[in-house]
Amino acid sequence: MANKGTKKRVDEPTGTEFVGHEWDGIEELDTPMPRWWVWTFYLTIIFALGYVIAYPAWPMFEKATEGVLGWSSRGQLAEEIDAADQARISVREQLARTPIERLPDDSGLMQQAVAGGAAAFRVNCVQCHGSGAAGSQELGYPNLNDDDWLWGGDLRAIEYTLVHGIRQAGDDQTRTSQMPPFKGAFDSNQMDALVSHVLSLSGKDRSTPLGAQTFADNCAACHGAGGEGSRELGAPRLNDAIWLRGSSQEAIARQILNPRMGMMPKWEGRLDPVTIKMLAAYVHSLGGGEDFLEVAEDPEVDVDEQP
Amino acid sequence: MSNPDGHKSGGDRDWSVVVEDGLAKSNEPVSSAVADPAATTRRHEPHEPPRQPLPEKLYKAREPVHNKRVRGPYRTFKWLVMLVTLGIYYVTPWIRWDRGPYAPDQAVLVDMANRRFYMFGIEIWPHEFYFVAGLLIMAGIGLFLVTSAVGRAWCGYACPQTVWTDLFQHVDRLIDGDRNARIRLDRAPWTWGKVFRRGFKWTIYALIGFVTGGAWILYFADAPTLFRDFFAGEATPIAYITVAVLTLTTVTLGGFMREQVCIYMCPWPRIQTAMLDEKSLIVTYKDWRGEPRGSVKKSQKEPEKFGDCIDCTQCVQVCPTGIDIREGPQIGCITCALCIDACDKVMADIGRPRGLIDYATLEDCEREANGGKPRSPWRTLLRPRTIAYFLIWGSIGLALLFALGVRSHTGMTVSPHRNPPFMLMSDGSVRNSYTLKLRNMESRPRDMKISMEGLPGAVMWSDTINRNDAAATQIVTVPADQTKTVRAYVVVPEGSPARDFSFRVTSLDEQGETAAVETRFSAPGDS
Repeated sequence: MANKGTKKRVDEPTGTEFVGHEWDGIEELDTPMPRWWVWTFYLTIIFALGYVIAYPAWPMFEKATEGVLGWSSRGQLAEEIDAADQARISVREQLARTPIERLPDDSGLMQQAVAGGAAAFRVNCVQCHGSGAAGSQELGYPNLNDDDWLWGGDLRAIEYTLVHGIRQAGDDQTRTSQMPPFKGAFDSNQMDALVSHVLSLSGKDRSTPLGAQTFADNCAACHGAGGEGSRELGAPRLNDAIWLRGSSQEAIARQILNPRMGMMPKWEGRLDPVTIKMLAAYVHSLGGGEDFLEVAEDPEVDVDEQP
Repeated sequence: MSNPDGHKSGGDRDWSVVVEDGLAKSNEPVSSAVADPAATTRRHEPHEPPRQPLPEKLYKAREPVHNKRVRGPYRTFKWLVMLVTLGIYYVTPWIRWDRGPYAPDQAVLVDMANRRFYMFGIEIWPHEFYFVAGLLIMAGIGLFLVTSAVGRAWCGYACPQTVWTDLFQHVDRLIDGDRNARIRLDRAPWTWGKVFRRGFKWTIYALIGFVTGGAWILYFADAPTLFRDFFAGEATPIAYITVAVLTLTTVTLGGFMREQVCIYMCPWPRIQTAMLDEKSLIVTYKDWRGEPRGSVKKSQKEPEKFGDCIDCTQCVQVCPTGIDIREGPQIGCITCALCIDACDKVMADIGRPRGLIDYATLEDCEREANGGKPRSPWRTLLRPRTIAYFLIWGSIGLALLFALGVRSHTGMTVSPHRNPPFMLMSDGSVRNSYTLKLRNMESRPRDMKISMEGLPGAVMWSDTINRNDAAATQIVTVPADQTKTVRAYVVVPEGSPARDFSFRVTSLDEQGETAAVETRFSAPGDS
């Protein structure tokens, strides 16, 4: 029942005109808006004018107009990051002062270091060691969660590995070891016996006198008579359950005949000492970290302030 | 009524038909299916003299309300409610409540920074927010309950908008005088005297607004400390911003908008329109008794021609929202009952019975109009709807109390590390790692024992417990009122299969609270 024509109908009790809309006998009244409403509307317009002047507003070809306040979301982010960095400075200073083997004494600082290390790990280390630090057996990247360490698993040893790398050319302090290739050294009998003996060290096969003899002659010098390995020489343990390059007979034979050896870059010069310290703390915290055993010399004298 | 004989001739009048402007019109509901649409708008009761249509304007200016001072039982009750509500608002943050050295000693505190809500003996953590949700539901149903029992009592007495508007109107009266003086001053030109007077009044407005906003922030931090810091200029910017915003809104809404908030902004009057029915207690003008209106003199001359209403408009003058209650129930009526006080006083002065304007239900009004006996308003309280609302409201409250009573102050969440899912150790054993979050909801540090169920041969250590100390159970000290994150390493002997098992945490105090969480141990070959 739209209001056609010129006649205006007025609701008698309220004295208000009808709009003309009707639903089941319920009609809409054209109640005037309160005046403050329109003033509120004007206020929002004034606010909008001020906003357009103060803040970036009009999109142009290159970028939006810059407000007179000079605010930008990027600038705000930069400020916030700066504030967060400022807040971290004291932690970093404290970390720089603390010898790494003393870190576990200060559990709060250790937590900070582990958290910082986790972040740095995701940027610098996951490419080889994986996001969960589980490494890769196929490619020979060591698992950092377990309790098997080629070069030592205490905080100092981990930090040293990070600083100097493994088989890093051009660093005379780098960790290095060399397994000679035995291609052509053994006939097939000897070879099978040797592989069986290596597997027998962790109870996976039976040893034979021939295998034991071959091992003693060729391998025990570095890997030890019982296959216990040597961290000084960088010779892996052969009597445990962890095999960096596989525990099948073929994999072991391949590694004897033509050994593959991994390489880890040194991080000295690429990361600052505090970040390296935090990385060491993080790797140590993954569950396989070993306690630092104090040696005769005072460790504080030997602290690597500037590695 | 436009038909003056109707009332006087007794209760045998046929109310289904009224005569208006010389036309007989139905007073019964007419189905819209058969009704002429124009007729649907003429069923309003009481039938006012037709008003002048509003001049055509897009916007309606606010008509200032200068309510007259009134005395009476309802006014006294309003004073009392104002005293109690404002008292609660201003005093609560200062009440102290000893919770020991590890928790704040403020009785009611919303600690946003630490995600804690304290209310006397109750402490709520964020994951227990359903208690607050339950309270809000109770508040909502409580409004339904109050509405169905006593109409818009919330609007009339307890709503903050009402309380603060009342406060500001008292300031108006104190500074500018009563109704007539205020109307005169409003119309007066802007002389220096008026400027000074308005400036003084608005300063008081601002002061009230500031005190209102200032008290609000005290609920969110330690009140004495914040109070001192605030005036020393050492409080956080958010405190000053909050006070500034609340000062502005208080002065705007209470000082200047007033009834406009109820009429245009608040959704509650709209909901009330749907909630009120003919059984609801409302403030109503008994038109069959009052109409037609006539002055005392007129009615003395021809008593049979006039009703009890002498058209003194006292009810309009005292109304804080500026409505005329004699037009019937309307959205602007907050049922504060001040018009009852005013009318009762007038009726007493001219020697007529009280209650021309009174709390009554429309049903009772009809009965009374037909000559029935008036019922006490209290009788309306007990009816199925109010009882049902009360039962719902009460059972939610009881359920909340029960949940509050049996809740545990010890809790744990377990998330297994999936990258890598398991770890082969050099001795052939298999290790899994888990992040355990131990919740200590008591205000004191507690030792908690972590054990494993359903994982034979398992031992554990953690990020703070050395592997050499690995054992089947570990004891961890959880700081007061905090969650402690423990990175737990669990190792089982070689050859153990993957399986589901549970972590159990037990508090090592006289409470002995315990919680168990099931999780999975992964091993080689586990899919």
